[in-house]
Amino acid sequence: MPPAIETAGLTKTYGSVRVLDALDLRVETGTVFALLGPNGAGKTTTVRVLTTLTAPDAGQARVAGHDVVAERRAVRRAISLTGQYAAVDETLTGAENLRLTARLSGLSRGAAARRADELLERFRLTEARDRQAKTYSGGMRRRLDLAAGLVRDPGTTRIVFLDEPTTGLDPRSRNELWDVVRELAGHGTTVFLTTQYLEEADRLAHRIAVLGAGRTLAEGTPEELKNRYAGHRLDLVARDRDAYLRLSPHATVHTPATLTLGVPTDGTAAHVRALLDALDPDHADIERFALHSATLDDVFLHLTSTTKEPSHV
Amino acid sequence: MSEATARPLAAATALVGRGVLLGRRNPDAVISALVMPVMLMLVFVYFFGGAIDTGDTRYVTYVVPGVIVLCAGFGAAGTAVSVSEDMRGGTVDRLRTLDVGAVPFLTGHVVATVARNLLATTLVFGVAFLIGFRPSATPAGWLAAIGLLLAYITAVSWLSAAAGLIARTPEAANTVTFLMMFLPYPSSAFVPIDTMPGWLHGFAENQPVTPLIESIRGLLLDQPVGSAPWTALAWCGGLLALAVTVSGALFRLRTR
Repeated sequence: MPPAIETAGLTKTYGSVRVLDALDLRVETGTVFALLGPNGAGKTTTVRVLTTLTAPDAGQARVAGHDVVAERRAVRRAISLTGQYAAVDETLTGAENLRLTARLSGLSRGAAARRADELLERFRLTEARDRQAKTYSGGMRRRLDLAAGLVRDPGTTRIVFLDEPTTGLDPRSRNELWDVVRELAGHGTTVFLTTQYLEEADRLAHRIAVLGAGRTLAEGTPEELKNRYAGHRLDLVARDRDAYLRLSPHATVHTPATLTLGVPTDGTAAHVRALLDALDPDHADIERFALHSATLDDVFLHLTSTTKEPSHV
Repeated sequence: MSEATARPLAAATALVGRGVLLGRRNPDAVISALVMPVMLMLVFVYFFGGAIDTGDTRYVTYVVPGVIVLCAGFGAAGTAVSVSEDMRGGTVDRLRTLDVGAVPFLTGHVVATVARNLLATTLVFGVAFLIGFRPSATPAGWLAAIGLLLAYITAVSWLSAAAGLIARTPEAANTVTFLMMFLPYPSSAFVPIDTMPGWLHGFAENQPVTPLIESIRGLLLDQPVGSAPWTALAWCGGLLALAVTVSGALFRLRTR
């Protein structure tokens, strides 16, 4: 099966800032793909380019087999976007919002009403259908927004884009939204989501790309990333501030307050021994150490720490 | 009808419905759009009217066309705010991924504004009658006057829609309201132009609002209007063509 999304050398510059820097991505059909990165990494720009809202300066992107610039219309027919900013009208009811969006997608009045009812049911909003959206909880509003993105015939919407779908949601609403994403994936829909939360990517995605400064820093399954980039982490406590500063450039995790530094390792005795000798040949700088299994946080911090400079102690 | 015209038409219809519904759900805005012109008319007629000499015509009869035009401009300017709110939020992105273009999007806003405005205009006429406004227009005169008003409201609404596309925030878009509120003052809307300082005559006599008000006043009082209605119509048509062209270009520019 051809990939749902494929980009090659995607580049976008705003003024002097290169937001996307020759980005290469490949998302297989029917999978959940998470684009993980800190603020300003280029996540939203990637989504905007893939959803035809912004044209790239260079490079190609194909979504559902169509070029995002030359075959914009065909791409738009195959996708659904739920952006960071809500696209529902707060003073309209849930049902009115969905009927309106369904009409805009080209359905007749009757078909739009039926589609709205189906979506309300599916996103558990039937009870709230006749309430204005401003009375909804954050999670309900996000579900309504997501539903509004899916008004097209489910047979034709093949790829769903979610830009930071759970940012600002309380844990319960976030869990509800995760269920919705899993359900979509269960129907065979390809889901492309961006997130700043490692836990979210870890739980939902089949594959994760870590984005930093407009480039893919790493790509793989959550397990692969954990193993490849930081199977384990060695936490070192420096003897004093000078020692901390000497060790600091080698570390990926810095905690100046406790003079603690984290260094990636595969966790074998041989590697830990060699690492300690290499970092501290005179056996003077390191006071204690502890070994941890890596979390996705470690991968993320390891990959996105652009400066290896010690912060002020 | 081909799909290429049926889709935008259906989208525009749905968006007009949305605009009307949003207006109804936001009674504050509607009330201010209705109360403001009525208050203004009462202020002019009762506070200033005694001091303004408009010859044989009673001041209330003289001033109503001006108030109507002021209220039309004020109401139409609201389009800028609603368009800019949609541009800032996620609405514009959703519309674009649904392949809804600039014209149905802005038409939705403009038509809803025009509908709201006609309501306000009817109310102002109603109150004007209560306080002594006695036009002597022929049915044809009424139709022509209403037609001109409609053209003006539509042109100003489209201009405001274009401004709403440029404005970075709804607050900035709101300045259009001030401009539209101000424009009728240096015209013959409230006081005869002869009473203004000489340097202002050039502007006051040649700005779009003056021929509009002169035409509406003349038509309602069944007095000769000369070429004023055509001048007014030319202004409205020109501004409308400019606004539609500019907003199409602005929409493409702002959504790149």
